[in-house]
Amino acid sequence: MFLSKRTAAQLILFAAGIAMTVFGVWRGEADTVLYKAINLCLECVGIG
Amino acid sequence: MDKRPFGVSRLLSRCRGWIQAGAALLTNLHLPNFLRGGLYQGPGKRLCVPGLNCYSCPASAGACPIGAFQAVVGSSKFHFSYYITGLLILLGVLLGRFICGFLCPFGWFQELLYKIPLAKRSTKALYPLTWLKYLVLLGMVVLLPMLAVNQAGLGDPFFCKYLCPQGVLEGAIPLALVNPGIRATLGDLFLWKCGILLAVILCSIAFFRPFCKWLCPLGAFYALFNQISLVRMQVDQTKCISCGKCAKACKMDVDVTRTPDHTECIRCGMCVRACPTGAVRFCCGAPSGKARSGAGQTAQPTPQTDPTKQGEKP
Repeated sequence: MFLSKRTAAQLILFAAGIAMTVFGVWRGEADTVLYKAINLCLECVGIG
Repeated sequence: MDKRPFGVSRLLSRCRGWIQAGAALLTNLHLPNFLRGGLYQGPGKRLCVPGLNCYSCPASAGACPIGAFQAVVGSSKFHFSYYITGLLILLGVLLGRFICGFLCPFGWFQELLYKIPLAKRSTKALYPLTWLKYLVLLGMVVLLPMLAVNQAGLGDPFFCKYLCPQGVLEGAIPLALVNPGIRATLGDLFLWKCGILLAVILCSIAFFRPFCKWLCPLGAFYALFNQISLVRMQVDQTKCISCGKCAKACKMDVDVTRTPDHTECIRCGMCVRACPTGAVRFCCGAPSGKARSGAGQTAQPTPQTDPTKQGEKP
C-alpha cells in the first residue's frame, strides 16, 4: 500500500513537473531566464 | 543477496569526490571565460543546472535554478515560475538530495574545506537550524521577490543579493580580477557578501557542509522530495546487525537504518562505506522485499543505533 502511494506520488509529481515546465516555456519564461543568465547579475556579484 | 548492487553502491560512494569534481566541471564548462572576463552567452543558459551555481560565473554553462526562479518571479511579466518549479520537481522526483551529495559544486567546495585538518565540530546540537533553509526558500526566494516590488513591478532577487555566497566566489572575485570596470563598481554590498562567504568558509572548515544544512534553499526544495525520489538509500534488514556504524559515519546527522529517506540525507554514501555487512546501499526504483526504505516504516531503535546514546562525532 505504501509503495503504491509512493509510486502514485512519483507519477503525479513527474507529470506535474513536465506540465509546468512545458507551460512555463510556452508563456516565455525560458527567454526571461536566458536574458538574466547571459548578462551579469549585478545583485549576485554584489554590485547592487 | 545479490552482490552487484552493493558493489555499485560502494563504488559510487568511493568515487563520489571524482563525480563531484566532474559535475562541477560540466556545470562550469567554459573555463577560458575566466581569462576573458566575460560570461558564456549561449542558448544553454535557458536550462538550469541541478546544483547551486551562479550564472554570473564566467564559466557557467547553465542558469542557477534559484537565481532563475527569482529572476522570473521578480520580473514585471510573471509572478511565478512554472518553468523552474517544473524542472526542479522533475529533478527532485528523480534524484532528490542525491543532487546535493553528488552534483552540487558549492557542496563540493564546502567538503573540500572540511578536509582541512583542523578541529571538527558536531552539528547534532544545532539540528533546529536545519529549519532555517525552509524559511530562506519561502521568504527570500519566493515571497520577497514576488511581493516586495518597485513601481515598475520588479522585485529584487533577495537570496542572490543578500545571502548567496556563490555569486561572490564564482562571479565577483574572478571577474573583478580581470575586469577593472567591475572592480571599480564593487561597494558595500560586495563587502557584505564577502563577509558571508568568509563566514561560510570558516564554518565549513569546522562543520560539515554548514550552508547545505542550514541555509541552502535549493537543498530545502530537494529535501521535500527525499521521501519519494527514485534514487534513495535502502537498508537490507537480513544483513543489518544494528552496529550503529552507519549513523556514526553520517555527517548529516541521519540514522539511515531508522529514516533512510530523511530530509537531511544527501545520499553521500558514507553509510554505505561504513556498513561492515553491506546492508546499506543506493537503490533506484521500488525497494525489494526485506529492505527498509521510507519514513512510513519505523525501525525499532537499538542501543547501538539510538542517536541519544551515541557519542559526539570526531
